[in-house]
Amino acid sequence: MKEFVESFKKYAFFLSQLVKKEIKLKYRSSYLGVIWTLLEPLLTMIVLTVVFTRLFGRDTNDYPVYILTGRLLFTFYSGSTMAALKSVRSHAGMIKKVYVPKYMYPLSGILSNYVTFLISLIVLAVVSLVRGVYPTLWLFQALVPLIVVFFLALGTGLILSTVAVFFRDLEYLWGVATMIIMYASAIFYKTETVATERNIWIFRLNPVYAVIDNFRSAVFGGPMDLGLTAYAAGVSAALVVLGAFVFSKNQDRFILHL
Amino acid sequence: MADKETVLTVDNVSVKYRLTEEKVDNLKEYVIRFLKRDLKYKDFLALDGVSFSLEKGDRLAILGSNGAGKSTLLKVIAGVLKQSEGEVTKTGNVVPLLELGAGFDMQYSGAENIYLYGSMLGYPKDFIKAKYDEIVEFADLGEFINMPVKNYSSGMRARLGFAIATVVEPDILILDEVLSVGDAAFKKKSEKKIMDMFDKGTTVLFVSHNEDQVRKLCSKGIVLKRGKLVYSGTANEAMDFYLGKNYQGNSQK
Repeated sequence: MKEFVESFKKYAFFLSQLVKKEIKLKYRSSYLGVIWTLLEPLLTMIVLTVVFTRLFGRDTNDYPVYILTGRLLFTFYSGSTMAALKSVRSHAGMIKKVYVPKYMYPLSGILSNYVTFLISLIVLAVVSLVRGVYPTLWLFQALVPLIVVFFLALGTGLILSTVAVFFRDLEYLWGVATMIIMYASAIFYKTETVATERNIWIFRLNPVYAVIDNFRSAVFGGPMDLGLTAYAAGVSAALVVLGAFVFSKNQDRFILHL
Repeated sequence: MADKETVLTVDNVSVKYRLTEEKVDNLKEYVIRFLKRDLKYKDFLALDGVSFSLEKGDRLAILGSNGAGKSTLLKVIAGVLKQSEGEVTKTGNVVPLLELGAGFDMQYSGAENIYLYGSMLGYPKDFIKAKYDEIVEFADLGEFINMPVKNYSSGMRARLGFAIATVVEPDILILDEVLSVGDAAFKKKSEKKIMDMFDKGTTVLFVSHNEDQVRKLCSKGIVLKRGKLVYSGTANEAMDFYLGKNYQGNSQK
């Protein structure tokens, strides 16, 4: 453990460089640059709002806020896990050349997405105020889902990045899986309108839904469903432990498959 | 000799590759083959029980024909590749000059890569900042330093890689035929830098097929053959053994 902390300290600067690189390169050679982290969720929110209010007649004033809370969290989860999945392979040149603790690569994928995610919360703040969803004391609860979703992504990412070294198909499989998770996360519909006794387990099993639900409680000013909180935190902890185990067991064999 | 400190010990190191006869890297194929019990493995020993140790200031030449395991040995010592058996103990910082510039990010400019690459080698931030000008000056890339590395020639990449890697004073330097980097002028400069390190008593591991360089630069030598250490002695003796009938005659098979 002490060794782990020492080596983490030594390579912390490398980690920050990796994170910086991923954010920088994502927006390089686009005219608006980092502004896209704000613009992109705003535009998709507008599209979704128009589609769902005009076509399906769901006309409530706070609907855009509802969409944004779900979509921002989900986009972070899917984007960061996909980045982690690809991270080992995309840094093959470095891995083959110089020794660096290998978990730095998936971790940097998660962290860089987390940074852009936190920036994009500005959009949520502005839209909330415009649409009359004002902050209450309940908002402080938001810290909990914001922390839990990070570890949820980290645990998932560690597992995915390990398996993806040995099976390239995983990239496509995970793309499909995240789509399923998206529809089971109640991003643009209200759970009550869809959930029945027969299918409510889909939401209950989905830790991403739990995180989103908690986050919405905080934003809209109400107590969080602590059952969901406990479930999401438990799943995250289990995934991080499992991911760390799987990753460290297999990391020495990565280089043979790159 | 007893008062000299040992900086590198390679103890009975083996590297075993498990090769599937055909490369299976997608799930469908793996499952089908697994069910048909058609996963054939072949074990291949890239290194087979290699042991040696170096004292501070030793300059070791590693000789052997292609595929004898020289690069594998260097990768194990650099810590990039994990040995299947045995132990490597090293003291101080190891600087590998292997495939210079292979870890660069192509989209990144030269200047940005100095920080990225330097941090990857474990240099602290302040150190890179302090040495930044020195690196830029040594690489001598002119205005290319602010352009993406993808626009560099391979020689320019190698120059930058060399400049970053050699800005520290390593305790153990690993050289894989890199004394011939860049154009004539840079070659001279890089050779001088390496000679300076030699003079300062850096321990060096050196892979080369260049007879003159080995005889001139190295003090010790080992010869590898199909992963096994077959000779160990002074650099001159090792070179003689490597060039002799005993080695060359059999390696043709």
